Amino acid sequence: MLVFGASSLLPGDVGRNVLGGFASQRDVDIFNKAAGTDRPLVTQYLDWVTHFVQGDLGTSLQYKVSVSSLLGPAFTNSLKLAAVAFVILVPLSILGGAIAGLRRNSLTDRVITITGVSFTAIPEFVTAIAFILLFGLWLDWLPVSATAPEGANIATQIQYLLLPSFALVAVEFGYIARITRSSIVENVDADYTRTAYLKGLTKRDVVGKHVLRNSLLPTIAVVATQVGYLIGGLLVIEKIFNYNGIGLRIYTAAQNKDYPTLQSGVMLVGIVYLLATLTADILYSVFNPRIRFGGDE
Amino acid sequence: MSAMTDDAAGFEPDAGLVPTEAKIARREMLRQLLRSKTFIVGNIVILFWIFWALTGSAFTPHDPLEQTADILKAPSSTYWFGTDQFGRDIFSRVLAGAQSTMRVAPAATVIAITFGTILGLIMGFIGGFVDDAMSRLVDAILALPLIVIAVVVLTALGSSNITLILVIGLIFTSPIARTVRATVLGERQLDYVQAAQLRGERGPYIMFVEILPNIMGPIIVEATVRLGYAIFAIAGLTFLGFGVQPPSPDWSLQISENYTLLSAGSYWWTVLFACLAISTLVIAVNLVADGLQQVVDE
Repeated sequence: MLVFGASSLLPGDVGRNVLGGFASQRDVDIFNKAAGTDRPLVTQYLDWVTHFVQGDLGTSLQYKVSVSSLLGPAFTNSLKLAAVAFVILVPLSILGGAIAGLRRNSLTDRVITITGVSFTAIPEFVTAIAFILLFGLWLDWLPVSATAPEGANIATQIQYLLLPSFALVAVEFGYIARITRSSIVENVDADYTRTAYLKGLTKRDVVGKHVLRNSLLPTIAVVATQVGYLIGGLLVIEKIFNYNGIGLRIYTAAQNKDYPTLQSGVMLVGIVYLLATLTADILYSVFNPRIRFGGDE
Repeated sequence: MSAMTDDAAGFEPDAGLVPTEAKIARREMLRQLLRSKTFIVGNIVILFWIFWALTGSAFTPHDPLEQTADILKAPSSTYWFGTDQFGRDIFSRVLAGAQSTMRVAPAATVIAITFGTILGLIMGFIGGFVDDAMSRLVDAILALPLIVIAVVVLTALGSSNITLILVIGLIFTSPIARTVRATVLGERQLDYVQAAQLRGERGPYIMFVEILPNIMGPIIVEATVRLGYAIFAIAGLTFLGFGVQPPSPDWSLQISENYTLLSAGSYWWTVLFACLAISTLVIAVNLVADGLQQVVDE
């Protein structure tokens, strides 16, 4: 059932791009006849794709510079932000989920689970603003801007990225923690765990060598899926912090009907998203041999 | 929800022995729900916001749109939550702000649930080529972050409440169709569906009269979960300027209008209360969804 990965997503994604291309080209006609937009849509689309593959993203209608010079630095910036968020997110949420799972139904479990669910439900810009108020203005611990001064060293850059990362982490934490928790719970109840206890192993050995190892592997695959959601969150977060990343570029391009930039930006996000999903699917089947021969239903 | 129970009730007479059992099961579910504290708290919060969504500005202490000379005043006994940059009372605006969220998100969810259920039933029941083709379409829509698709489509179509409802409704159709399809696949194997097929009932009859009432539980859960996501997505898009426009007291709009003031000077009250309002609503919806899920799963 989970084989939809590689084969199905790839053609599906092309279909999505055709849709994106069409939807915006309709308006481009009015805006910019000079750009050759009076040609048949299919020709244009193929033309655009060919150029995209060759690394030529066209010229921004808004800034009159090449789209790649606009999106390149933005993409790097977004990667930095996503990386910082990810480095905080993964250990934190797996730890949280593991603690909750091992102390099932305790107060700790309930606090972790409810906090996670709540943060996942609250829109990221709301948590971002709460964090700005708390850490940026009231406690004055962190800079409220995400962009470090020109030429700042890595430590300073990371410091500036902490606040926006927190907001991204908050949204994702609940989800990963919940998956980890249920995976742990499942493994604690499994027959092999009982066997391990009966064999006379200490609790530490059972948990460390059996339960954790078995439950964390599938979680890693789920984490890869979350990269995609992280990118979705970037759009809003980068807008709040006015951080020159791919999300802010897409947003500005959309506001100004700058279609070449918009298309390429969306395409880039699509590629990253696709790669993340693909990685997730591959990891999932690697770590969970039962899936491989599962077939359909 | 009442319409859904009505459907099930209309189904009872020709089902012979089923009605009493179904009725007992439903009563048992309700009893379990009422025992769950989080479910009740969630519902109370939602009802609170529904009340303010329905009454709008009728009972708010001030007119949420009225501009006064009291600009950016901190919370006081006159203005409980302070005033914004146009001297409008934030307490009134937060209460009246429930309206736009409570209109747009449920409308989008209803569209998504309707289409998603129909599609899912068709995909799961008919199977074969139809299922394959539709599944690929669903995969394609889910292959990009929701907010990115929404921004692109709203840019192309222009943003208004109606387009926002349609866009979110149609995007959410995909995951719902997927869930319903999986549930239908499980049901299709059961004796009652095969019996109906042997009786020579037609496809649509089996799908909507036989299968649908039996998968109502998962669909209701899915609807509540999606409502939470819809509020989330619509809040984000409104914040970005793709939803209702000023001077509406919408929560996300209040936040997006005022958050830039935060760095200028700490006018925290201009955003904090709207943030709290939106948070209470989404958490409440999730608590209800959680309660329903637990009961349906059992």
